[in-house]
Amino acid sequence: MAEFLQFIFSGLTVGAIYALVAIGFTLIYNASDVVNFAQGEFVMLGGMTTVFLGYAGVPLPLAAIAAVLVSTAIGLALYRFAIATAAGANAVTLIIITIGASIFLRGAAEVVFDKRFHTLPPLFGSDPIRVGGAAILPQSLIVFAGAAIIVVLLWAFIDRTLFGKAVIATSANRIAARLVGIDTRVIVAACFALSAAIGAIAGILITPITLTSYNAGTLLALKGFAAVMLGGIGSAAGAMVGGILLGLLEALAAGYLSASYKDAVALVVILCVLFVLPQGLFGKTKVERV
Amino acid sequence: MNVLALFDRLRSPQRHRLILLIPLAVFILLLPLLFSSAYYYRVAALVFIFAIAALGLNLLMGFAGQVSLGHAGFMGIGAYAVTIGPTHLGIPPLFSFLLGAALSAVVAFLVGRPILRLKEHYLAVATLGFGVLVAIVFTNEAGWTGGPDGMTVPGLTLMDWSIRGAGAWYWIAAISFLLGAALALNLADSPTGRALRAIHDSEIAARVLGVDVAKKKLIVFVVSAVYASIAGSYFGLINGYITPDVSGFLRSIELVAMVVLGGMGSVIGSLVGAAVLVILPQALTVFHDYEHIVLGLIVMSVMIFLRRGIVPSLAAALGERRAK
Repeated sequence: MAEFLQFIFSGLTVGAIYALVAIGFTLIYNASDVVNFAQGEFVMLGGMTTVFLGYAGVPLPLAAIAAVLVSTAIGLALYRFAIATAAGANAVTLIIITIGASIFLRGAAEVVFDKRFHTLPPLFGSDPIRVGGAAILPQSLIVFAGAAIIVVLLWAFIDRTLFGKAVIATSANRIAARLVGIDTRVIVAACFALSAAIGAIAGILITPITLTSYNAGTLLALKGFAAVMLGGIGSAAGAMVGGILLGLLEALAAGYLSASYKDAVALVVILCVLFVLPQGLFGKTKVERV
Repeated sequence: MNVLALFDRLRSPQRHRLILLIPLAVFILLLPLLFSSAYYYRVAALVFIFAIAALGLNLLMGFAGQVSLGHAGFMGIGAYAVTIGPTHLGIPPLFSFLLGAALSAVVAFLVGRPILRLKEHYLAVATLGFGVLVAIVFTNEAGWTGGPDGMTVPGLTLMDWSIRGAGAWYWIAAISFLLGAALALNLADSPTGRALRAIHDSEIAARVLGVDVAKKKLIVFVVSAVYASIAGSYFGLINGYITPDVSGFLRSIELVAMVVLGGMGSVIGSLVGAAVLVILPQALTVFHDYEHIVLGLIVMSVMIFLRRGIVPSLAAALGERRAK
């Protein structure tokens, strides 16, 4: 039982990060139909920028805020210079552009930072808390809390503000949104900025547990994308459930089956889910017009 | 008449097939005149090897409109077939090569049925999952594959002639590409090719017209898997060494990038796309640390400014100028 709890805790921790990456994916996808494979790079940038500002003597809270701002600016730049310039291109072309952006950002991180692994000191020390025989790191609790706060704030922002309603309108129908006077370019830009910020925060939260390096983003983008598809693309709830499920699956597979096949187990489950539910767990069936 | 557009599109009518293949053959024959060392032969051989894989994927993407983010998985099957066959099972290399292609076809057939029911991004993630699964198996079954460190690929011997040296591989890869292109053009002109184009435009409309959508998609998926497998075998043999990276996610992405950069639905596009992504990293080593930055920038700018791919965009631009 203690073992099981342990796996659940570690699965939830990683799952919370996958969920944040997946939410970033979903925000951008809903607003612009772009599947952003550079999403993982924001997570890397958040962690790495904080680490290196810290090395430069900046107090960590300030460094973290600066890292989020830097990532947000890069997210905006990605939209302005790459996505907006390529407006109207087809979906695969846009995917390749974001992959190009991801190679570019990784290359830039290699030059600006370095190629080694880095970590941050955990916020409340590293003495594990005992729960039912299992140990949980204080930092894991911070990851859960951080993820929960982000989700609630995001929900409040989307659901309760006029700007948020404009985001919903844009994702429902871009042309109709433009007709009622919404500047959809501003909305899409805001979604890129927001999802970059969310990614950066996720990166800062997880770095004390998993370390970070210039190429940490690729795998996270892959996992985040898998989580999105598991949940059903376009659904925020699906993204969260997909992320957490993926984290849990990996942890349980690593614990009970084989550590080296944990990713394989998670992928097989995703494939099986898609075979039964081709639109993911929460996706809507799309009607094709002929 | 716009020459490029005429002989470049896969959809060119039957009589135009030779207009594409003959210049391609001449190009392959004359290209070595420019080579001053074995290094050139090697890079050119790699270009043609990846062009074979890209061409196969292009049949799937450019024609049937089905994306695959896992085609490097089939490259891996081909590469490990020519490695494991002779090393562990005592199967002669040439036979292992054919077995690898057959195995890829069988795997594609089995996996293709359920996977190809999915659409768009769901298809993308499912194929991605398949490719990563293959890579995980190659990484973990160290007893057979040497694990993450990889293993040596035994040389290829035909009768008593052992094939080594970049020159020999240039001719093998280039001629295989030529044959692959001929087959691809043939498929394009066949009833299956027309059915696939119908599926690309609208799956439902195609089904209403009596096209067996699932079957046609499966055929092109299997064909493209065999192309990738053959390219993978060549890739292992020319390098003499193989690691699970051959079937990794990045390799799959690279193949898709080759197809899209060169131009979807274009035979020459597959070659151009492969050339860009094979030669660029070699050329960019002069930038040392800035290699990835430059590569990323080039990929982004090509896709932004030539969004239909290099070959179709240039062909269209050429056509426009002539029309004026």
